[in-house]
Amino acid sequence: MDISNVLWLIPFFPMVGFLILALFGIKMPKKMVATVGCGSVGISALITIIYGVPFLQSATAGSFVEQHLWTWFQIGNFAPEMTLHLDALSLTFVFVITFVGFLIHVFSVEYMAEDEGYSRFFAYMNLFVFSMLLLVLANDLLLLYLGWEGVGLCSFLLIGFYYGGKNAEENAYAARKSFLITRIGDTLMILGFFLLVKDFDTLNISKILAAAPDVWVDNPTAASWGAFLLLGGALGKSAQLPLQTWLPDAMAGPSPVSALIHAATMVTAGVYLLARTHVIFELAPSIQLLVAIIGAATLLIASFSALVQTDIKRVLAYSTISQIGYMFLAMGIGAWSAGIFHFMIHAFFKALLFLGAGAVILALHHEQDMFKMGGLRKKLPVVYWTYLFGSGALASLPLITAGFYSKDAIIWSSFAGDKANFWLWLAAIISAFLTALYTFRMVFLTFFGEQKTEITHKPGMAIKVPLVILGVLSLVAGFIELPHSFGHFQPFSKFLNTVLPESKFMSSPALSEPVMQTIAGLLAIAGVFIAWQLYVKRTVTARKETPLSNFFYSGWGFDKLYDTIFINPLVWLSKIDVGDFVDKIYVGVGKFNLLMNASFSKTQNGRLRMYLFGIGLGALIILTMILAI
Amino acid sequence: MILITLLLILMGGGVLAWIAGAFDKSLPKWIALFALLTGLSMMVSFWIGSGNVVDVTAGGAWMVTVQYDWVPKLGMTFHLGMDGISLIMTMLTMFLGAISVIVSWKEERNTGFYFFNILWLLAGITGVFIALDMMVFYFFWEIMLIPMYFVIAIWGYEDRKYAGWKFFLFTQISGLMMLLSIIALYLIHASKTGTFTFDYLVLIQNVPGGKAAFWLMGGFLLAFFVKLPALPFHSWLPDAYTQAPPAGSVIIAALMSKTAAYGLIRFIIPLFPEAAKAFAIPALLIGGLSILYGAKLSYAQKSLKRLIAYSSFSHMGFILVGVFSFTVLGMQGVMMQMVAHGLSIAALFIISEFVRERTGSFDLDQMGGFWKQMSNMGGFTIVFVMASLGLPGLANFVAEFLTLAGAWQFSIPMAVLATMGLIVSVNYSLRILQKVFHQTEHPEAEKRNYDLTFREWVVMGSLTVAIVWLGFFPQKVVHTAQPAFDNILISVPADQTMNQVIQLDEMQLAELNKKEVSHD
Repeated sequence: MDISNVLWLIPFFPMVGFLILALFGIKMPKKMVATVGCGSVGISALITIIYGVPFLQSATAGSFVEQHLWTWFQIGNFAPEMTLHLDALSLTFVFVITFVGFLIHVFSVEYMAEDEGYSRFFAYMNLFVFSMLLLVLANDLLLLYLGWEGVGLCSFLLIGFYYGGKNAEENAYAARKSFLITRIGDTLMILGFFLLVKDFDTLNISKILAAAPDVWVDNPTAASWGAFLLLGGALGKSAQLPLQTWLPDAMAGPSPVSALIHAATMVTAGVYLLARTHVIFELAPSIQLLVAIIGAATLLIASFSALVQTDIKRVLAYSTISQIGYMFLAMGIGAWSAGIFHFMIHAFFKALLFLGAGAVILALHHEQDMFKMGGLRKKLPVVYWTYLFGSGALASLPLITAGFYSKDAIIWSSFAGDKANFWLWLAAIISAFLTALYTFRMVFLTFFGEQKTEITHKPGMAIKVPLVILGVLSLVAGFIELPHSFGHFQPFSKFLNTVLPESKFMSSPALSEPVMQTIAGLLAIAGVFIAWQLYVKRTVTARKETPLSNFFYSGWGFDKLYDTIFINPLVWLSKIDVGDFVDKIYVGVGKFNLLMNASFSKTQNGRLRMYLFGIGLGALIILTMILAI
Repeated sequence: MILITLLLILMGGGVLAWIAGAFDKSLPKWIALFALLTGLSMMVSFWIGSGNVVDVTAGGAWMVTVQYDWVPKLGMTFHLGMDGISLIMTMLTMFLGAISVIVSWKEERNTGFYFFNILWLLAGITGVFIALDMMVFYFFWEIMLIPMYFVIAIWGYEDRKYAGWKFFLFTQISGLMMLLSIIALYLIHASKTGTFTFDYLVLIQNVPGGKAAFWLMGGFLLAFFVKLPALPFHSWLPDAYTQAPPAGSVIIAALMSKTAAYGLIRFIIPLFPEAAKAFAIPALLIGGLSILYGAKLSYAQKSLKRLIAYSSFSHMGFILVGVFSFTVLGMQGVMMQMVAHGLSIAALFIISEFVRERTGSFDLDQMGGFWKQMSNMGGFTIVFVMASLGLPGLANFVAEFLTLAGAWQFSIPMAVLATMGLIVSVNYSLRILQKVFHQTEHPEAEKRNYDLTFREWVVMGSLTVAIVWLGFFPQKVVHTAQPAFDNILISVPADQTMNQVIQLDEMQLAELNKKEVSHD
């Protein structure tokens, strides 16, 4: 069958899975829930591979497949469609979402086995995958927004998955925080849509991208506003400065949820949006530079915060913010395919790390503090080795890990690309060093030294198999895109360049690529070495509390800042006026009338003397007035 | 004829229910339900049958009209008519009417008179949606008022008397202002043309201009702003909405507020096109501020029902924003908002009632962690809470998107102001879900709570199907209403309607020219 007829099946199966689980899940046995939950995503992954591979081989510049389902609504010429669009960019995302998503589902079968709400969990997860698939397959921004908000809803539901228990208030807070902060970004984005509707009378992505250079040729301000507002949406979903504060708190949900949010879905939506609408950003160079600056600033800030965390999942959360920062940096300097490459590799190792952390947390009976872990190397060998591979990729240890190839491409572009900038490069390279340092601090604290907590759960096959698959990918997936200095084997960017513009480089950069790679590689190794010196050679039992480390620990005080300037004033405002002052005015008018009524009815007392006095007084006043005029 | 039948079914059903109530307590609800389902199936089959025959002709977008003599000496005729907008609104009225009857299934007190009031109330609302004579319109406008007052003041909660009076005073005073405007409009038209008539289709052929138009529009606007309600005329709303019995809250919030929205579209724009245009920025500002201020009040409430009541006030701001954008996008947004908000606010009020039936109060502090016992109710609540904050895939998103996209084309600052509503709505909407179903479990939850019964499932299920269906296939509604909006927007001064995406055919253009000539 032609792929343009089966495209709809990819999001369809997770949606059916969701519907079955939502409607009948409570009454279904756990095994059936797991089969439906994993099966639906698994079938989607299978369809993606069966139909995606031929597409991969035959893709040429600008090739895409579309399937029109129905027109959402039509008003005049404005007619957003329910049409799915598959090209190299969306295929990459679909592959990651379904494949990594499937592994996360399989992992959850065992991880969630003891928890209440088993079917609810898989229902939300399937809806999550469905929304994300719609997001990346949409050919219309409005349909993309459907997926975009669906992802937000599912993350809200899953972050607040554990309701009513002892952490109920914290979980609910984290859930609504994620919804609210991403909604701020989404609202900027929808303002951008209004602008696009006005200028283009459509939200069809292909049409806008084709028309934008002509429509905005004399109007760079509109292009800048359009790019800026879309960027707002991307910042919220991808947890970039200044909307990054929701992600560390999003750890309240179960670990597989974090894996799904951080690796395959949600936070990469912003990266996808930027890549998808790249034409608009190239028409607005100042905003594109802003993307790069935000990316660089975010990756640096998040790296410092990751350095001092004690909760294993918070380290990973900050590392996600920081790695997405790399992707934003790549988008900002026009290294489009490098950014997407890092997205894919990051999806593999970050899913692995979150699942690995989940396995550790499960083994230690929900202990998340790294300082209470330690010595798990021998007890959990599979988890340890796969975690090591994932950490190596995150720290981008040279040559042997996939993360090296993907991150190096970005760092090199920030140095030698046509939009390169020394400061951006400096931020990227410093953060590369910090990444190695905090990653291996985490590894050493968790798996080395003495064991401090008893193991209560030995991981089974459903946990081990996904870990091993992702572990292998974290090592070898990088070989599909080698640096220029390693010869010309770059099928990934060749594939992506059928959609995205090719990255351009300076003709003669100050330093050659091998030199820069050596610097980056040495810094990563140095980071691991220092972590070894600090956390294996010496016994550390708790986080050192200095003002600076507290500052980093709290995420650079952003939460406090927002509380002070936004939340508290608004809460105060709603508290002082619960009863609505407008109502008080009306009630006041009513009371005033009653008062007048009461006082005037007093004069009606039946005493002739008073009446005569009143008449006389009235006559006097009237006479005076007449005479005065 | 279908229009007369519809009104007869409702009014006759009402009388029948009252009589039947004297013999048997449970008979009236069956009569009411039967009447409303008959009306609904009649309108739906009409919709399906004529869905694709709604072409714009020179005569307008009217699908059915009917006209009888009433008071010929004064130029009053019993003139009813239905275009796409009216058709959709009458269907919504029948549907939500049936829902509100099922919701009050357990009502025990004086059921005959109760269902008489409900049916006459719905008849009044239906009449407003199909009246084509200004006096008929005013007649039905007033008919809504009295049964509603009874429903609140007799079957309401603790403060029902106060709430009933407040509701009555606000709507009655503003209604009288509208009556003055109608009479003045009638006289001005007569002095200009020599024809004494209250007929809407005649009156819009020759509309007043200048200062007079402004004053006349003021009378209408006051009535509509109170009923909608809009800032600062909303102060009756929290009391009336909260104190009314569940069916009353559903009808008043989901349907009665829509009569004001309908009035804005049907009367303000065609009768006072220039004055309305001149008033656009203040109206948009009122709309935007209503959205934000309503959201702020909603968030602060401790009573679940009051919270939902204020959220309704906030959402009605979008109506003003859409109408006063003078674009087809904005108008279609208002159409969708009327339907979508009707469904979602009805569902939320019903949920609050279900919760009260279990816990005994609307106090949010008495709630928490209810998911454990009531996961079905929680699941439905997610749907309608998401509708309330405008999640795509549900009808409310289409409405808000179109409204705001239309407003952007008219005034960017006003659109930005109103769009901030998308952020603030998150706060109160999530509070409903979290405070009731998540968060710390209330100690007595286990004892009192039970999940939805079959009857409750039917109510929530049908509302969910409707709102999801319209979220993915709003084109049915858009298509039905389009000719009516084309017809209405013709009256707007063309030079200022920038970026409108209506395509006028030659016939419409001719009519447009004719009208402009007659202005001079």
